[in-house]
Amino acid sequence: MEIKLEKTGNTLKVLLGQEVDHHVATQVKEQIGNQIQCGKTKHIIFDFSHTTFMDSSGIGMIMGRYQEVNRLGGKIYVTGIGKEINRILELSGLYKIVTNLDKA
Amino acid sequence: MYTNEMKIEFDSKSENEGFARTTVAVFLTQLDPTLEELADIKTVVSEAVTNSIIHGYENKEGKVVVEVRIEDRDITIKITDYGVGIEDISKAREPLYTSKPELERSGMGFAFMEAFMDELDVQSSVGAGTVVTMKKHMEQRK
Repeated sequence: MEIKLEKTGNTLKVLLGQEVDHHVATQVKEQIGNQIQCGKTKHIIFDFSHTTFMDSSGIGMIMGRYQEVNRLGGKIYVTGIGKEINRILELSGLYKIVTNLDKA
Repeated sequence: MYTNEMKIEFDSKSENEGFARTTVAVFLTQLDPTLEELADIKTVVSEAVTNSIIHGYENKEGKVVVEVRIEDRDITIKITDYGVGIEDISKAREPLYTSKPELERSGMGFAFMEAFMDELDVQSSVGAGTVVTMKKHMEQRK
């Protein structure tokens, strides 16, 4: 499962793959961590355009990134949310800490 | 009454989480489930199997068993591990509680299982393992 990272200024865009579970979340965490350590990343946009499955491991991974960027005064945004992912984000209360770009 | 059963056993590797939830979903396609029902079932299987791998075996080697039984339109999913077991089951089931915050666990696993299934039962004994049993009635498609 591949993810794509794209950096514009101080914003890192993360294009997620089809399924985000514990196995994938661990890899995503590492790759984003490397980027944040390189400096300059303040905000993260998670792009779910290709994603049809996410479980609580994905939620945990996003919460972890929120704590990281929050320390730097940054924010977490999401985009491309389909029906399945929206349900998970709503049920977990994640919309309290992330902003849906498509609804902003 | 129509019945059908399946059982798989696999190593407690995170690569197998996708295998487990996909296999269960494919087995249940004979009931012609809705996309939402399938998504829910994939989520709960993923949650329980991930729990076995991370918490039951603490990322060490072990076996996870997934069993599914169909009785007409009622399904029972049983996920078994022979890992460390859960000391305090009611604590573990509390939303947002996690015994492993350092691993960025959200504590939502059992909450999802409860939300997406009709029944959830957790049996565990310390040092012997955990059995999670979930039931759901699949709606008849119109």
